[in-house]
Amino acid sequence: MAGLKTRKQQRLVVVSIALTSLIGATLLILFALGGESLSLFLQPSDVQKRNVAVGQNFRLGGLVETGSFSRLDDGLTFRFTVTDCLANQPVEFTGILPDLFREGQGVVTEGALNESGVFMASTVLAKHDENYRPPGTMPKEEGQCSHPDDQAAAASYAEG
Amino acid sequence: MHRFANPAQFNRLADAILPWATGAFVLLLGAGLYYAFFDSPPDYQQGESVRVMYIHVPAAWMAMFTYMVMAVASFTALVWRHPLALLAGRAAAPIGAVFTALALITGMLWGKPMWGTYWVWDGRLTSVLVLLFLYLGYMALWQAIDEEEKAGRAASILALVGVVNIPIIKFSVDWWSTLHQPASVMRLDGPTIDGSMLMPLLLMAGAYQAYFAVVFLWRMKLEINRRKLAVARQVSMHAPVGAE
Repeated sequence: MAGLKTRKQQRLVVVSIALTSLIGATLLILFALGGESLSLFLQPSDVQKRNVAVGQNFRLGGLVETGSFSRLDDGLTFRFTVTDCLANQPVEFTGILPDLFREGQGVVTEGALNESGVFMASTVLAKHDENYRPPGTMPKEEGQCSHPDDQAAAASYAEG
Repeated sequence: MHRFANPAQFNRLADAILPWATGAFVLLLGAGLYYAFFDSPPDYQQGESVRVMYIHVPAAWMAMFTYMVMAVASFTALVWRHPLALLAGRAAAPIGAVFTALALITGMLWGKPMWGTYWVWDGRLTSVLVLLFLYLGYMALWQAIDEEEKAGRAASILALVGVVNIPIIKFSVDWWSTLHQPASVMRLDGPTIDGSMLMPLLLMAGAYQAYFAVVFLWRMKLEINRRKLAVARQVSMHAPVGAE
C-alpha cells in the first residue's frame, strides 16, 4: 500500500472500505428483493395487478373506506371495503374488531379471496397512523385519502 | 483525542460531568413523567393509551443512539487500537440492550389493545428484534473468548457489521408496508404530533439521554478499574516467590 505510511492509516482504509461495501451490498440486496417480498401486506391495487388466486392466503392492508362498514344480522359478521385510493377490496370478517378499528383508518387483515372476489378475513388488526393529537382538533388533511405513497402511486397508475 | 486516552484524565472528566448529568436526569425525568402522565391530553384515537408512547419512543431512539456509540467506539478500537474505545463499547452494550428490550416490551403492551396483537413480523418490529440480538451477541462474544484482545476485536467487528441494521430500522416503515406507524417526529415535513404531546416526549427523551450519560460514565469508570485489577493480578502472579 503505497502512500499509506503507518499501520493505523492502512487499518483506517481497510476497515472503512469493508464497512462501506458491506452496507452498500446489504442495501442493494434489500432493494433487489423488492418492496413487496419484505412488506407485511398487499394493498388492493397490488391484489388486482397480481391476480391473486382464490383461496390463497395473504395479508391485505389499506384504509377502511368511509361509509362502507356494515354489520350483518348475526351481530358478529362485519363487511367493509379496504381501499388504497387506487382500488377497492370488499372484506368480510367474523369476530371481534380491535379498539382502533374505524372507518377512514388503516387495517391489516389476514385471509383469502373467495369465488365472488370477497376477501374472507380470519384476523383484523388496526393500523395506527402517525398523527398524535388531542380529541376535537383537526388533522392535517381531513377527509383526504392519506395513503403513504398516494400521489406517486396514483401518477404511475394513471400513466401505466 | 489522545488526552482522553489517559484513564486518569478520563476519570477526572467523568467525575466533573457526573453530578451535572445526574441532576439533569432527575429534573428532566420528574418534569417528563409529570407532563406525560398528568398534564398532557389523551389522543383523539388512542385515548389514554397514548401515554405508553412517552416511555416507548425515547427508548427506541436511545436503542439506536447507544448502538451508534458502540459502533463508533468499535471503529476507533479497530483502527487506532485505542484502549479506552474498547472499554466504551463494553460499557455501552448492556445499556443499549435494556433500551431495546424496553422499547420492544412497551410496544407489545401498547400493540395488544391498539392493533389487536402483541407482535407481527413486519419490517420495523423484526429489525428492532435483530438489534436486541446484536447487543446480546456483542456481549456474548466478549464472554466467549478468554483473551481480552481477541474478544474485543471479534466483538468490535460484530458491532460494525450490525451498523447496517440502523438505517433499516429507521426506514423500514417507509420502504415496506408495516403494521408499525411511520415516523411522527423525525420527518422531513415536520412533526405530525401535537405540541402538547411533543413537549413531554422531548422532556422524556432528554431524561433518557441524561440517564445514558450517567450510567455510561459510571460503567466506564468500572471498566477502567476492572482493567487495572486484571493487570495488577497478572503482575502479582508473575512476581517471584517470597517477593512480599
